[in-house]
Amino acid sequence: MTTAIEVQGISKQFVLRHTRSLKEAFIWLIKGRKGDLSEKFHALKDVDLMVEQGETVALLGFNGSGKSTLLKHISGVMIPDTGSVRTRGKVAGLIEVGAGFHHDLSGRDNVYLNGAILGMTEAQIDERFESIIEFAEIGQFIDTEVKFYSSGMYLRLAFSVAVHTNPEVFLVDEILAVGDEPFQKKCIAKIQELAAEGRTLVVVSHDLDLVARICERGVVLDHGEVTFDGGIHEAVAKLRGA
Amino acid sequence: MKTKLLESTKDDLVRPGTSGGLADVYRERFLLKLLVRKELKVRYRGSVLGIIWSYVKPGVQFVVFYLALGVFLGMEQSSTNKGGLANYAIYLFSGIILINFFTEALGNASRSIVGNGGLIKKIYLPRQLFPVASVWVSAVHFFPQLLILVVACLFSGWHPSLLQLLAAVAGFVIVALLSTGLGLLFGAANVYFRDSENFVDMLLMIATWASPVMYSWTMVQHKLGEMWYSIYQVNPITIAVETFHYAFWLPTTDGSAGIPPHLLSLWIPVGLVVSAAVLLWGQLTFRRLEGRFAQEL
Ligand SMILES: Nc1ncnc2c1ncn2[C@@H]1O[C@H](COP(=O)(O)OP(=O)(O)O)[C@@H](O)[C@H]1O
Ligand SMILES: [Mg+2]
Repeated sequence: MTTAIEVQGISKQFVLRHTRSLKEAFIWLIKGRKGDLSEKFHALKDVDLMVEQGETVALLGFNGSGKSTLLKHISGVMIPDTGSVRTRGKVAGLIEVGAGFHHDLSGRDNVYLNGAILGMTEAQIDERFESIIEFAEIGQFIDTEVKFYSSGMYLRLAFSVAVHTNPEVFLVDEILAVGDEPFQKKCIAKIQELAAEGRTLVVVSHDLDLVARICERGVVLDHGEVTFDGGIHEAVAKLRGA
Repeated sequence: MKTKLLESTKDDLVRPGTSGGLADVYRERFLLKLLVRKELKVRYRGSVLGIIWSYVKPGVQFVVFYLALGVFLGMEQSSTNKGGLANYAIYLFSGIILINFFTEALGNASRSIVGNGGLIKKIYLPRQLFPVASVWVSAVHFFPQLLILVVACLFSGWHPSLLQLLAAVAGFVIVALLSTGLGLLFGAANVYFRDSENFVDMLLMIATWASPVMYSWTMVQHKLGEMWYSIYQVNPITIAVETFHYAFWLPTTDGSAGIPPHLLSLWIPVGLVVSAAVLLWGQLTFRRLEGRFAQEL
């Protein structure tokens, strides 16, 4: 088996509260910068995670447990304070729906812009364009500005661009809850198809039944620490029990 | 380690989020193109005149300055005002378009990282793209103005030499390098201290007056003396403005006004070196700071 994602002992601290006052900052400076000026907390604490190619992993945990932060480290948006993250092949993240979308551009322009942001070349986008709008069911609205789209259309287009990047590793954060029933089914089918093709998935969702259907493995995070790593059903049971 | 380098292929385990600096910008030139296009489209959305605004604004600015400085304050040479500058309108405009380029490029580049924070926080992409795209957009706005200048020059009997045109290209390169370098520097600093964009605004106000856009370099030399004048000359913007005077204004006059001594042999190379050094500095600072962009934004 080849490793797709290798997270080794990463920790990440965030600042809880910035410098309280100029006076405190001044005293801190005079005292030779001893200690920390601002309060910090661990958003991730000594997290290890090895994901093999083709594995489907759900990250579970309550709000603020560090799931999004961990995904951001895997995608390279954030750099750990200590430890190391390494990935193999192209990683595409749907960290938030349509992060790279611009409201004043047409659907078409957004497909190109977002596709390029997610690492596609011009030729790849040209080639997959038809397939992207077909999957998104955008049809004649493709040349309409995105700000006039319904939130469902917006989501569909964003999702469609992301799945068409053909990533080896696909990161999905809390997006499956949006969209109407039929499209949600279609997204899930697409994600399962990606998994069947042997792509690696890391999914964050609050819908435990849903992730249990998509993923085989569950990793539970609690206050930045991995408290469980194993089969998805045990992970879900653990979270429900807790 | 050595074998690792040799075996390094596309399919190796790699550290995500490792920046290759400006080389990444070149690699992602398609994305750069789209970002520039987006900026141009979004800038003029819902406006009737659209990109014509980038002609109207400098046009109005020019008329105001010309009347106030050229006519009222007597910078323009005429039969009653022998001490003025011949063809002051062209003198003024050739400097203004370069300063406009610098102002827009640096102003927007300094805001570009914070302005694209939503994206930077969520998706990894080479962040240098944003300041570079800002400079590029400003260059797109610069060229129509240059066109107007050239037309005005042609009406005034412009006959430039190849050397003069090359000097203008060097002047443009100096400003482009300088604004990219400072844009990277202040764009990164702005993430941590929002004071930085206000500081840039102040800097830009000074830039207009700290180079011979509205007045002549000889006035500075007379007032400051040689030593201070040399310091004044080191400013890359001053050098760039002088190259534009040399290329566009001088060939429309009888050439008696002359250009600052050693402009070609000394000051253009100095300007290029200073701007390149600023670019290097900006790039190094940016790379040192960018690792924490996502969490600070
Ligand atoms: N850039 C940031 N600066 C400071 N604190 C942050 C930042 N990003 C996230 N946090 C905090 O880190 C914790 C984990 O956040 P997150 O990973 O988003 O949790 P979740 O598991 O809900 O996705 C939360 O307490 C959040 O407030
Ligand atoms: Mg989250």
